[in-house]
Amino acid sequence: MDENATFAQIRREIEDNPVVLFMKGTPVFPQCGFSAAVVHALSQLGVKFKGIDVLVDPSLRDGVKQFSQWPTVPQLYVKGEFVGGCDIVREMYESGELKTMLEEKGVEYAG
Amino acid sequence: MAMESSEIEHLIKQAIPDARVTIEDLRGDGDHYSAYVISAEFEGKSRVQQHQMVYRALQGKMGTALHALALQTGVPEGA
Repeated sequence: MDENATFAQIRREIEDNPVVLFMKGTPVFPQCGFSAAVVHALSQLGVKFKGIDVLVDPSLRDGVKQFSQWPTVPQLYVKGEFVGGCDIVREMYESGELKTMLEEKGVEYAG
Repeated sequence: MAMESSEIEHLIKQAIPDARVTIEDLRGDGDHYSAYVISAEFEGKSRVQQHQMVYRALQGKMGTALHALALQTGVPEGA
């Protein structure tokens, strides 16, 4: 899959789904502590999100890093906008900023 | 592959000269660090942009030589 196909796939995912988490593994079986930490934060808030496992497709794994100009996975998108990696999402979750941002972007959550 | 904390600090300061950098080796394996970076250059930038500045300073070593860097950024007190 060449770069623009990967970028097109990424763009489609983040436009079609309000909350997208590019991660290692799946929400049920995260394969990395950092990915698991973001899944935990989202689950605690009761946010529906689409988990996309970048381990199954190496071009996706590199593509997401170039697309967002962010060198690591996991990567969280809300309403098409890159929010951050594990550190930022955890910091926002603990400070309540994540909840505020979800409200501002009109994303339902149960928390 | 691993990195020395001094090398991380050097790279960050090279790109962000006024940065005050505090680095902690989380596991003693040279692969998992936490870094707290304070710089006036972060003024007015979002958290993501601040972190991207630090990652650019590390010249592609983040995610390759360096597996994990728990990053916290901020502007100097009273800035």
